[in-house]
Amino acid sequence: MSHFLDRLKFFDKVQSTFADGHGAVTNEDRAWEDAYRLRWQHDKIVRSTHGTNCTGSCSWKIYVKNGLVTWETQQTDYPRTRPDLPNHEPRGCQRGASYSWYLYSANRLKYPMVRGRLLQLWRDARCDQDPVAAWASIVEDKEKARDYKSKRGMGGFVRTTWAEANEIIGAANVYTVKQYGPDRVAGFSPIPAMSMVSYAAGSRYLSLIGGVCMSFYDWYCDLPPSSPQTWGEQTDVPESADWYNSTFLLLWGSNVPQTRTPDAHFYTEVRYKGAKSVVITPDYSEAAKFADIWLNPKQGTDAALAMAMGHVILKEFHVQGKSDYFSRYMRETTDMPFLVLLEPHGKAYRAGRFLRASDLASNAGQQNNAEWKTLAYDELSGKVVVPSGSIGFRWGEQGKWNIEPRNAATGVEVQLALSLIEQRDEVVSVAFPYFGAGGSEHFTRTDHPTVLERNVPVRKLKLADGSSARVATVFDLSVANYGIDRGLGGGNSASSYDEDVPYTPAWQERITGVKRQDVITVARQFAENADKTHGKSMVIIGAAMNHWYHMDMNYRGAINMLMMCGCVGQSGGGWSHYVGQEKLRPQTGWQPLAFALDWHRPPRQMNSTSFFYAHSSQWRYEKLSPAEILSPLADASQYPQTLIDFNVRAERMGWLPSAPQLGVNPLAVVKAAEQANQEPVPYTVAQLNSGDLTLACEDPDNPANFPRNLFVWRSNLLGSSGKGHEYFMKYLLGTQHGIQGKDLGTMNGTKPQEVVWRDPAPEGKLDLLVTLDFRMSTTALYSDIALPTATWYEKNDLNTSDMHPFIHPLSKAVDPAWESRSDWEIYKGIAKSFSECAAGHLGVEKDLVLVPTLHDTPSELGQAIEVKDWRKGEIEPRPGKTMPNMVVVERDYPNTYNKFTSLGPLMTQIGNGGKGIGWNTEREVENLRQLNRPVTGNGQFGGLPRIETDIDAAEVILMLAPETNGEVAVKAWEALSKITGREHSHLAVHREDEKVRFRDLVAQPRKIISSPTWSGLESENVSYNACYTNVHELIPWRTLTGRQQFYQDHPWMRAFGEQLCLYKPPVDTKTIAPLLGKKPNGSKEIVLNFITPHQKWGIHSTYSDNLLMQTLSRGGPIVWISEVDAQKADLKDNDWIEVFNVNGAIVARAVVSQRVPEGMSMMYHAQEKLLNIPGSEVTGLRGGIHNSVTRTCPKPTHMIGGYAQQSYGFNYYGTVGSNRDEFVIVRKMKTIDWLDGTPAQSAS
Amino acid sequence: MMSYLNELLFGYYPYLAGAVFLLGSLVRFDRDQYTWRSGSSQLLRAKNMRLASNLFHVGILMLFVGHFIGLLTPPVVYHALGLSTSGKQLLAVAAGGIFGVMTLVGLGMLLHRRMTDPRIRANSSKSDVFILWLLLAQLILGLFTLPISLAHSDGSTMLLLAEWAQRIVTFRGGAADLVADVNILFKLHLFLGITIFLVFPFTRLVHIWSAPVWYMGRPYQVVRQRYAR
Repeated sequence: MSHFLDRLKFFDKVQSTFADGHGAVTNEDRAWEDAYRLRWQHDKIVRSTHGTNCTGSCSWKIYVKNGLVTWETQQTDYPRTRPDLPNHEPRGCQRGASYSWYLYSANRLKYPMVRGRLLQLWRDARCDQDPVAAWASIVEDKEKARDYKSKRGMGGFVRTTWAEANEIIGAANVYTVKQYGPDRVAGFSPIPAMSMVSYAAGSRYLSLIGGVCMSFYDWYCDLPPSSPQTWGEQTDVPESADWYNSTFLLLWGSNVPQTRTPDAHFYTEVRYKGAKSVVITPDYSEAAKFADIWLNPKQGTDAALAMAMGHVILKEFHVQGKSDYFSRYMRETTDMPFLVLLEPHGKAYRAGRFLRASDLASNAGQQNNAEWKTLAYDELSGKVVVPSGSIGFRWGEQGKWNIEPRNAATGVEVQLALSLIEQRDEVVSVAFPYFGAGGSEHFTRTDHPTVLERNVPVRKLKLADGSSARVATVFDLSVANYGIDRGLGGGNSASSYDEDVPYTPAWQERITGVKRQDVITVARQFAENADKTHGKSMVIIGAAMNHWYHMDMNYRGAINMLMMCGCVGQSGGGWSHYVGQEKLRPQTGWQPLAFALDWHRPPRQMNSTSFFYAHSSQWRYEKLSPAEILSPLADASQYPQTLIDFNVRAERMGWLPSAPQLGVNPLAVVKAAEQANQEPVPYTVAQLNSGDLTLACEDPDNPANFPRNLFVWRSNLLGSSGKGHEYFMKYLLGTQHGIQGKDLGTMNGTKPQEVVWRDPAPEGKLDLLVTLDFRMSTTALYSDIALPTATWYEKNDLNTSDMHPFIHPLSKAVDPAWESRSDWEIYKGIAKSFSECAAGHLGVEKDLVLVPTLHDTPSELGQAIEVKDWRKGEIEPRPGKTMPNMVVVERDYPNTYNKFTSLGPLMTQIGNGGKGIGWNTEREVENLRQLNRPVTGNGQFGGLPRIETDIDAAEVILMLAPETNGEVAVKAWEALSKITGREHSHLAVHREDEKVRFRDLVAQPRKIISSPTWSGLESENVSYNACYTNVHELIPWRTLTGRQQFYQDHPWMRAFGEQLCLYKPPVDTKTIAPLLGKKPNGSKEIVLNFITPHQKWGIHSTYSDNLLMQTLSRGGPIVWISEVDAQKADLKDNDWIEVFNVNGAIVARAVVSQRVPEGMSMMYHAQEKLLNIPGSEVTGLRGGIHNSVTRTCPKPTHMIGGYAQQSYGFNYYGTVGSNRDEFVIVRKMKTIDWLDGTPAQSAS
Repeated sequence: MMSYLNELLFGYYPYLAGAVFLLGSLVRFDRDQYTWRSGSSQLLRAKNMRLASNLFHVGILMLFVGHFIGLLTPPVVYHALGLSTSGKQLLAVAAGGIFGVMTLVGLGMLLHRRMTDPRIRANSSKSDVFILWLLLAQLILGLFTLPISLAHSDGSTMLLLAEWAQRIVTFRGGAADLVADVNILFKLHLFLGITIFLVFPFTRLVHIWSAPVWYMGRPYQVVRQRYAR
């Protein structure tokens, strides 16, 4: 009826009254209620998730109404857990719930965009030239190149068509490959686990053309090198459900409720079961409120705290022998009983390398890899034995690589001696380095000597060369290292916790500020709990601690506690580091697709930290001298004087990868070899050896060695992860920058010896920066071409996490809006354009690929005893042993597109595998041929399985991976059984017939199948727990000894004093003095430590420009400071402040909070440069991002390679981009200039 | 020519405007319930709103009531109540002056707020801005007529205008002729007044129809039956 006519019945409305007239029953129109019903009605629900930046991996319902995505809610249909365990769902947080905002926001990238100036140049050049020539005419003309490069980041985008954008990219790639080499084309994309097909799209294209895929995990500094050092494992962790199995949770630097929101419920729930909760964070974080005990050490001193706790545990539960469980665990699963050679050092000794079978007469009975087999003292036979399981058993023989307690030679059972104190021949004084007296001035330095001599029980041995040597067990060295008095006399050991001797609870009090009694209490309870429960004490650790330069000490300190207490590999116990890697569960199925292993092997992969350190010229500003961090026991004269020299040596010896690789085009090298009628590899080795050929890393500023083209997708490299942001601006991009410091050339600093110094340093090395994104991110703003991708609700993909055992999809709720396309379709288009542009320029070419001495390959047995550099003539150059491996790869460039869209023949010819295990995949390929249908036609592609769509690509992953194909899982376990000599396939045989397909996942998330490429199990009995199969199936850790390693014996580890864990204070980055008080604006200046944690209103699942999140937060960039510091600098909450040092400047508002301790500032990372950023008073340019005040500073110990667990692996080991040692000047701003007028001029 | 125009504007235009006013309101009420609102911007900026809004609303309501009673009450009625014609004019001028100034201040503040606050401005429709300027123009015209009225204290013009209004609402002919010779300011004021009725259904003024006064007497609990009979 009519609303108006209804009103005419006004007096007829009330039917009756009740409650004395206080209530009325009415008869009136209720049609208005439909509006509320309609609000929540929708046309369909589609399952998807959030694609790149979150460990959550939460399955979501995406609601579609009238063809538009309207909102999302959490899925609640995860498979149930077992009866005694809470379910995983609902998973999701406020960030994920706000994602749908992006789809139709103003910040959405809607069309392919090109920098206007570049497009003008391109169209002019294209009038009369073919695409490749047109590109050459632009980039080889200095003026033209400068014209568009210098305007990067300053707007000026214009719309173009897909055809034109693809042609520019294809032409640029073809030209770069032809002129400079395929390894001058690179691509950066992080965290494949979160949308593995999208990642694979770009990496497949790059790998097909010989381009470089760049790592992220190490670059983000989320990779803890301590993990590969200790376990030979990138990072393997318990799933969050395993928290519920724990009875003592130690949260160390991890802010679970804020950054692991969907998993935090397990943490709250387990406390109802009686679990104890201790939280260690310098600030009063959200996690702190969960704590039974909250410890707040000064930031950056966690290792001191960990050492003191280790002191207590080792003393009370090992030296005083309180726990049989602990002793047995350490004896059987760690390197504690293994023997270390002592080297004379002055009147005393110092700890050297592990004793090897090759040191003893007739190699102690071991003919295969005797240099790589470690020894221990057997208590049963009273002899030194070679136990099975060390790395030497992994390669060249079969069936003995396991950690059964047996003498490998005889098979007789052994009981390895942890300590030689009873059987000692003598007690000697061993020198240990002490670093706590140095380091940054902002941290407490103690007055202990830099060398601490402590008494250690040793035995004497006769070596093969007839000499006599002294050996000690790792256990005895560790006890001494922790400063525990065992009644052996000598100094520097404490019999009481109150003595100020490193590393007692009293000693740490000065450094960390934590009361000694609290340290003792926590350590004791932690261990007591583990003893009673056989390992159910867990450390949930946050990258907060891993982002310090000496992160390994922080982490190893905590890991040592876990190993001492038998927690690693035990359900409810162990080390839980949930940062950044976001486990790619079907990794071995994904790798062939992602790196085109079906067509070419090996792919080119690069560690990004070293790459960006070199190519954004951050090394030219290095102020940290190796002398500052070398051990006082090391001979400094043997080592280079700059960090980049270490890196170059590492690349040369094949330890680290290189990109670009050789100083010339690798296609040209093969041609030259063929012309000289020589095999390419020996030819190249000879050329390198003679010095006629150099490595690109030795001359990164040579135009021939620039990375020329860079793809960025699924990433915000310039707005988020780019440490040394301003250096990127200046050197890589050649645009405006805020660098305040001077380079070593100007400062007369120590220049590198291995690297050519060029003046002036080249700027604008990149010819082409292409970014794929769904929003105009900071990176997109600085790009030459920005391509619009489908959002996470507009494409099909796969998603897994380390937090839970399920695999589930992203699926297409609506078609990609405007002109956007999925990453798969975009790279397919680029591959097509590349193939077309290649015609006439590139044909079938031979490419010489350099590969480092990789982990999990025989090359991990590189130089066993000493470090020798072939360049210096110390050793023969041998590819794969003393220098990088070299492989000639044939690339059919005009067929790149055809290769991209079909599964190549190598999968049937060679098979598949991972982590040193290989298996046959013929059946899987045949299944894929039928499932995806074969490519039609004859020719070399006819009959191959198709990979046309993103779903086809997903099926390839699912079919090939043991985690989603039970048949493959059984094959994989059987393959491992051959190596270990133990039967493992029972772990998967019950799921042999399971094959998970993409549509299955769309129906419901599926639990993955246990696979030998991971160290935990998924079963009805245990939650996923890292190292579970090592402990329970006796599969060795992939380390030198085959056990968890307390001791790191590589010569460089010893040189930097890190063979055993100890405390190293933060390093001095020297970024304050040149600016403090030098650019005054009249406000008081204070100096604070600069910390960049994850935020509450961004990062995970969404970015900081999301309006909903901005509304909940402060609507722009913020930096947290303490009340005390605010008072010192006359700051009030919400004041505009400037945060700066020699690296650059940031402008933000101050959040003054009790949460923050004095001396520290926190800027939640990845607050974008595109929202509410006024001009900086220091640089005169728009204020920067959090990385404007940081600079990459690599650590030599991370460069070690070809050495068992310390071997390179992509995203697995290598240099990491630490940033927390940085200090900044903070002051109130006087002028807030929004720079809305004419563009500002460059500061330099 | 002038007389045709006069007849059109003051004889027919009122009926056109009245028809649009009533029918327009009816149609809008029935078809577009969600647009039937005052469009308050108080949430966007509350500063000075209490003062400005109250000045304006009290003032303009009193002006409306004054016009309604003043124009439509036959002289016989107020004479019977003992009010002379000139006395009534004086009352009208005084009340109109007071409430007119009150409205002017309120309206001025509201206009200033609407035009200068970027947030309010961005959230304003063209009609929101137009209606404020229209009311301002009408108000100023009305205030300008006050001295003219005072100039002839016999109230003759007032009587003419009242007679015009009464003829219009009672559908008697010859209304336009009555106002043919009044001051141009009165004519403009009349014209704008009629125009306000014309534009009324297309603006936020519709909220005048729906002052929720019944809400005050509503029982605590209302049970709406599921099926409307």
